[in-house]
Amino acid sequence: MGNGIRKFMKSQLVIPLLSLLLLVIFNLIRDVGFFSISITTNNQGHRVLSGNLISIFNGASAIAIISIGMTLITSCCKGQDISVAALAAIAGSVFVSVLRSHEITIPVIILAFVFSCLVSVLFSLFNGVLVAVFKIQPMIATLILFSAGRSIAYWINGGATPTVSSPLLASIGGFIPGIPIPTPIIIMVIFLVLISLVLKLTNLGLYTQVVGINERTAHLNGINPVLMKLTAFIISGVCVAMAGCITVCRIGLINHETLLLDAEMDVILAVAIGGTSLGGGRFSLFGSVIGAYIIQALTVTLYAMKVPSAAVKAYKAVVIILIVMINSPVVKDFFIKLYRKLFKKQVETKISIKAS
Amino acid sequence: MQDNVVLSMRNISKSFPGVRALQNVDFTLRKGEIHALMGENGAGKSTLIKVLTGVYPKDSGRIFLDLNGGLKEINVRSPHEAQTLGISTVYQEITLCPNLTVAENMFIGRGNYRLVNWRTMKKRATEILEKFNIPARATQQLDTCSIAEQQIVAIARAVDMDCKVLILDEPTSSLDEQEVEKLFSLMRDLKSRGVGIIFVTHFLEQMYEISDTVTVLRNGELVGEYEVKNLPRVELISKMMGKDLDDISAIRKRKLPDEKADTSPVYEAVGLSSTNSPNAFDFKISKGEVNGFTGLLGSGRSESVRAIFAADKITGGKVKINGKEVKIRKPKDAMMQGVGYLPEDRKRDGIVEDLSVRENIILALQSMKGFFRPFSKAEAEAFADKYIKLLGIKTASMDTPIKSLSGGNQQKAILARWLLTNPQYLILDEPTRGIDVGTKVEIQKLILKLAEEGVSVTFISSEIEEMLRTCSRLIVMRDRKMVGELKGEAMTQDNIIHMIAGEAEQIG
Amino acid sequence: MKRILALILVAVLALSLAACGERSGKGSAGGGLIKVGIVNNPPSESGYRAANVADFERVFSEANGYKVSTYYSLKNDEQLNAAQQFITDGVDYLLISAAATDGWTNILENAKKAGIKVFLFDRMMNVDESLFEAAVISDMEAEGNMAVQWLVDQKLPEYNVVHIQGAMGSDAQIGRTKALDEQFAKGTMKCVVQQTATWDEATAKQIVESVINSGEKFNVIYAENDGMAKGAVAALDEAGITHGKDGEVVIMGFDCNKWALREVLAGNWNYDGQCSPFQADKIHEMIQALEKGEKLTEKIVINEERYFDCYTIKEEDIDKYGIGD
Repeated sequence: MGNGIRKFMKSQLVIPLLSLLLLVIFNLIRDVGFFSISITTNNQGHRVLSGNLISIFNGASAIAIISIGMTLITSCCKGQDISVAALAAIAGSVFVSVLRSHEITIPVIILAFVFSCLVSVLFSLFNGVLVAVFKIQPMIATLILFSAGRSIAYWINGGATPTVSSPLLASIGGFIPGIPIPTPIIIMVIFLVLISLVLKLTNLGLYTQVVGINERTAHLNGINPVLMKLTAFIISGVCVAMAGCITVCRIGLINHETLLLDAEMDVILAVAIGGTSLGGGRFSLFGSVIGAYIIQALTVTLYAMKVPSAAVKAYKAVVIILIVMINSPVVKDFFIKLYRKLFKKQVETKISIKAS
Repeated sequence: MQDNVVLSMRNISKSFPGVRALQNVDFTLRKGEIHALMGENGAGKSTLIKVLTGVYPKDSGRIFLDLNGGLKEINVRSPHEAQTLGISTVYQEITLCPNLTVAENMFIGRGNYRLVNWRTMKKRATEILEKFNIPARATQQLDTCSIAEQQIVAIARAVDMDCKVLILDEPTSSLDEQEVEKLFSLMRDLKSRGVGIIFVTHFLEQMYEISDTVTVLRNGELVGEYEVKNLPRVELISKMMGKDLDDISAIRKRKLPDEKADTSPVYEAVGLSSTNSPNAFDFKISKGEVNGFTGLLGSGRSESVRAIFAADKITGGKVKINGKEVKIRKPKDAMMQGVGYLPEDRKRDGIVEDLSVRENIILALQSMKGFFRPFSKAEAEAFADKYIKLLGIKTASMDTPIKSLSGGNQQKAILARWLLTNPQYLILDEPTRGIDVGTKVEIQKLILKLAEEGVSVTFISSEIEEMLRTCSRLIVMRDRKMVGELKGEAMTQDNIIHMIAGEAEQIG
Repeated sequence: MKRILALILVAVLALSLAACGERSGKGSAGGGLIKVGIVNNPPSESGYRAANVADFERVFSEANGYKVSTYYSLKNDEQLNAAQQFITDGVDYLLISAAATDGWTNILENAKKAGIKVFLFDRMMNVDESLFEAAVISDMEAEGNMAVQWLVDQKLPEYNVVHIQGAMGSDAQIGRTKALDEQFAKGTMKCVVQQTATWDEATAKQIVESVINSGEKFNVIYAENDGMAKGAVAALDEAGITHGKDGEVVIMGFDCNKWALREVLAGNWNYDGQCSPFQADKIHEMIQALEKGEKLTEKIVINEERYFDCYTIKEEDIDKYGIGD
C-alpha cells in the first residue's frame, strides 16, 4: 500500500492530478452543485446530459486532442509547434469547402475529413521537414505557418466565414440522436483508445523518447531520428485536423480568424502541466490530456465566478503560474523532503508507541 | 630546489559516484617551470586541475601555495577564489567575450568595480600586445582575431592578474604550427618572469619542446614525476599506457584462440572509409577472434571502428559478412548483420539517461525487431532481469533511470544491450574507461568468454596491459593510419610502444 | 526525396501566400482615368473587411473611370510608407482606412502640398479637418444605441441579459458595449453575465453553457457579432431552450452576415445590427462631384446603418445588405 503511494508520488501524473483535484475541491466549496449532471431535452427533442462537468469535458476535447500530437513533438523534437491553431483553421476551412461543394451525407463528411487530414498532414510535414531535416528550432520553423496559416485559411474560404448546416454535422459537434453524451467527448475517448493502442502495438513511445533524450544513441541503435520526428509531426497533423473539424461542427461555421484562437498556448500549457518537459524526453500523453481538462476546468470556473471580461486572462495566468511552479523541480524537492520529514515522524511515533 | 616551490598538492583524492577519479595524487610546481601534465583520457588530469581551481571540492588531501614568501595551506572553493589567490586558468575553449574589444577583454571584470578608465586601459593593452608581439590592436573586436591571438589575449589577461600559477588546459589543440610557436614564445617569456606553468596536453612533440618536467597520471593514480630531458619517448608512452618496460617479460602469454585452421573471416572490409575516417583501410576478423585497435588518443582507432559499424557516413569500401558481400550504410544495417557496437563515450553515445535500465537494455534488440513489433512488458522484464543477474548490474530496480547508476553499472547495462542482440561480431570501444577496477576485470573476462563461445570481438582500451591480456591480434594506429599489425610472439608491450612512437622500422 | 518534398511544400506555401498578399490594380494607364490610391487593412482581417474591400473593388473599377492602386496592411508604419509612395506616384485621390489613428499629419500635409485630395473611410484619424476632403466612417456607438433602443422597444416584462463581448478594447466592442452598460447602470436591465468571447464562436458557446449550468434565469443574449450569437444559440439548442421569434430567449447579433440574416428571417434570431462596410459608393459620388467642380457640403459622413429584426426582414434584404455568403 505504502509502496503504491510512493510509486504514485514519483509518477509524472502526480502534479496534474493533484491540480485537478484542487480545482474540483475549490469548486465544490464554492458551489456544491457545481459538478451535478442533469438530463435535459434538447431542441431536437433528444434527452441529453448537461452540467459543468459535461461542459468541461466537451469544451476541452479539441485542445486535448491537439495536445496528444504536441506531446509527441515536444518529446522528440525538444520544442513546440506553435502553428497548430493556425493549422486547425486551415484544416477546418478545407473541411468546410469540401462539404459546401457537395450535398452533405456521411460519405461526404468522411471524404471531407480525410481531405482536411491530408492537407493538415502535408502542412505539418512541412514543419517536420524544417525541424528534422534542416534542424531548425521547432518554434522558429513553425513560426512560418503560425503567421501564414490563417491567411491561407482565408484564401481557402475566399474571404468569407462560410457556414455549413446539416443535422449530421450537428451530431458530430453536438449529440448523436439517442446518445446523451456529447460526440466530441466520445471522439476524444476513441482517440485516446487509438493512441493507447498505437503506443502498445508499436515502439512509438520508446523511440520518440530515445530520440528526444539522446539522438546520437538513437542513431547508433538503429533508430532513425529524422523519421521519428516526421512521424510525430504526421500524428500531430491528424490530431489538428480532427480538432479543427470538431470545432467547425460545433457551430457549423468556419471563422479562420477566431477558430481555436490562441489554442496553441493552451495546448503547450496542457503538455507542460501534464508533466512532459518542454525540453523533450520523457512524456506522458495522459498527463497532457489531463492538463487540457485542467485548463478547461479553470476557464469554466472563471466563467461561473463571473470574473470581469478584462481580467479573465490575468486570473488564468495566476493559476497557471501556480500549477507550473508546483511542477518545478525545486518545489517538488521541497515537498518530497517535507513528505519524508512528516513520514519519518509518523514512523518514530509508531516506534515510540511500541516501545512504551 | 625546495625553496622554489610555488604550488604543492599532497595526497589529493576525489571520487565520483562509482569512480575513483584521483587517488593520493601528489603534484609539485616550481617557480619558472613549465610542468606538463600527461595521461590518457580518464587518467585524472582534468579532475586534478578542477580540484586545484575550486571547480570540484576535494575529498581529501592538502594544497599549499606560496603566499608572501612561504607555503601556506589553501582551501579553494571557487574558480574566482583561485584567481584571487593567483591561480589562473586558460581553457581549451576560449571563455572570453567575442563581441568586446581586445582591451576590454583583458581588463574588464577583474573584481575591481571602480569606473573604467578607457584610455589607460587601451594604453596598457597596447603595451602588452607589443611586448608579446601580437599583431592585434587593442580596439579590435576579439572575434576578428585568430584563435591563437584570442588564446594569447586570454593568457595575457590571466598573467596580468598577478598570477603565480598559470594553467593551460590543452591550449594548442586548435592551433597551427606557427600559432603554437607564438604561444610557446609567450610561455617562455612568462617562465623567465618566474611564473609556474601547468601545461595539460596530449601532444608528445609539443610537450618535449617546451616542458621542463612532466607528471604522468594513469587511472587516477600518480605514475611519477620526471625530468623531460631524461625521459625517452618510449618510456613516457609506456608510463601513460601502463606497465614499465622492465615488466614486459612478466606478462602471461595466453593461448591464442585463432590459431585454428578455420580462418574464414566473419567480417571483412576492403577500402573502407567514412567521413570521420577518411583514410581507406582493410580489415578482417575471424570467428572467435579478439583483436584490438591501439594507438594514442586521436590516432583514429575509434574512428575506424565507427566506420565498421557505419556510425559515421560511409564514403567508400566493400564489406563481406561470412564471405557474402553486404551493404552496410547505417548502424541498423550493421546490427541486422549481427554487429554490435559499444561506443567510446558512454554518456554521449551510449545511455539514454532518463529511460529505465530495462528500456536501455532492450533498446538495440527492440530496434532490430522493428517499430511495429514491440516486446511485451513481460518479455522486456524477462530480458532485463536475465542480464541484470548475469552481469551483476547493481540497480535498485529495472525501472530505475539509468542515469542514477554508477559508471560501471551503466557500462554493464550497455554491454547487456548488445549481448541481448546475440551478435556474431561485437565492437567494444573503451568499455573499461572510467569505471572501477573490479568491473574492468569482469568485462575483460566476459570478452574472453564471448570469444570462446565463438563471438568475434574488437576491443579498444587505453591500457596496453588490458589489450595484451585479451587480444590475439593488435592493429596499431598512428596519425589516422594503420601503421602495423602485431600478433603472436611479436605482440609485446615493447613493440607496441615503439610502433606508436613511430619507430616501427627498428622492429623490422 | 525529403528535399523534394520540402521544396514542394515551400512552393505551396509561397503560392498561397502570394494569393493572399497584396493585390495592386491592373489596368493600363489610359487617358481620362482618375488615378486613385487606396490604403486599407487586408481583407483577411475579418468578414467585415472582406466585404469592405470587395465593395471598393466593385466601385473603383476601370469601367467606372478609375485607375486604382491598392495597398493592404494591418501595420500603421507600412500604411504610412505606402501612402507616401502613392503621393510620389502622383495619384489624384488618396483613400485611407488607417490601422491606427495617430501619425498621419505629415503624410496628409505632403498630399495637400502635392495637390492630392484625401478621403478617409471606415476609420477616423487624429488629424486636422483641413487635411482631408471628407471622412466616411462607421459609428459603432450608434450601432449599440440602435440595438439597445430596439431591445427597449420590445417591452419585455423583464430584461435578464447575457452579454457576450468581442475582443476587449476593439472599436466594435467598445461601441456596442456602451449603450448596454448604460441600461445596466440605470437598472432597467439586469446583467446576468458580461464576458468576452474574443469574437470566438466556440468560446461564446462555453460562456452560455456556463450560464445555463449555473441555473440563472436569462431571456436576452446580446452578442457583439454574428459568430458569437451562433455559438450562443448552439448552447441553447443543446440545453433545450427555445429562442428567436416565439422563443424564451431573444437573440441579438451584429454584422449582418448573409447566413445570420437568414437566421433572422427564419425567426431563429430576433435582431441583427449592421455595421456597413459599404463606403465606396458615397466616396465615388463625392469624387464625381469634385471632378465636376462642385464643393462638398459634408466633412464627416456617418455611414447609414440599418438593422433587421425577425418581424420586418424581407427576403431581398439578405442579398442587398448581407455580407459574405
